[in-house]
Amino acid sequence: MADQAKFAEMAMEHMPALYGAALRMTRKPADAEDLVQETYLRAYRGFGSFTEGTNLRAWLYRILTNTFINIYRAKKRRPQESDVEDVEDLYLYRRLGGESTAPTGRSPEDLVMEHITEAEVKRAVEELPDQFRIAVLLADVEGFSYQEIADIMEVPIGTVMSRIHRGRKALQKALFEFGKQRGLVDRGDGAPAPATKGSGDRNGGAA
Amino acid sequence: MTESENSIGPATIGKCREALMHIYTYLDGEVTQEVRVEISRHLADCQPCDHAFGFEAELKALVSRSCCESVPPGLRERIASALGLT
Repeated sequence: MADQAKFAEMAMEHMPALYGAALRMTRKPADAEDLVQETYLRAYRGFGSFTEGTNLRAWLYRILTNTFINIYRAKKRRPQESDVEDVEDLYLYRRLGGESTAPTGRSPEDLVMEHITEAEVKRAVEELPDQFRIAVLLADVEGFSYQEIADIMEVPIGTVMSRIHRGRKALQKALFEFGKQRGLVDRGDGAPAPATKGSGDRNGGAA
Repeated sequence: MTESENSIGPATIGKCREALMHIYTYLDGEVTQEVRVEISRHLADCQPCDHAFGFEAELKALVSRSCCESVPPGLRERIASALGLT
């Protein structure tokens, strides 16, 4: 049995990560603050049932996720999982011309950095349907294992994998659309984006 | 770059397809040791796959970086006070 006096010392350090997740979930700073506060209140009240030595971080995320779904999600209609069109593997990579830059030695890191901004990633994440967004956040931002995510979201591991995979593809599609709007990539037919200048020797290319 | 590295035969394509099938589970560290070794070996031999995996890994890292936030001023105190911890 965990001691409630230990709560502050053990749980409060997770606040920045919980706040980040809460902000992506609710999309609004004021709602995110309320969600984090409600999460801590519920966690504090339930701390007696937390088994010390088990995964406190995952336990807090489970409370955060449940609280979000119960309180905030009910408020308005959001995009549904079924609204997301499935796209092929490597959707964004192919559209950004990854396959044609591979032989030139331009790094995948450059390809990402040249085409995608952090602000666009935030927006794309926030536009995902709730269940996809939560799964992707827990995997990519929080680094939880599939099993931990299954426990947090209270669904089978196969469902977690499907949500992460489909969520990532939907994210790629949104990022590509943002890129098109900015004019950085100008074609939707899978053709490579215009080459940027100064990308070095193009030796060893596939002729 | 040698001739053999450029030639893509059926065996290579099969391996590329198999690697791609596992791309997310591999990047998430959710494949078995055997699959991990096999894919790593393939990536060392296959530049196009290595490049595509690198792109997906970088995108995953960018999602992580983009979504980090710091706690707004006052929130910590507000919560501590709501919990009666102050």
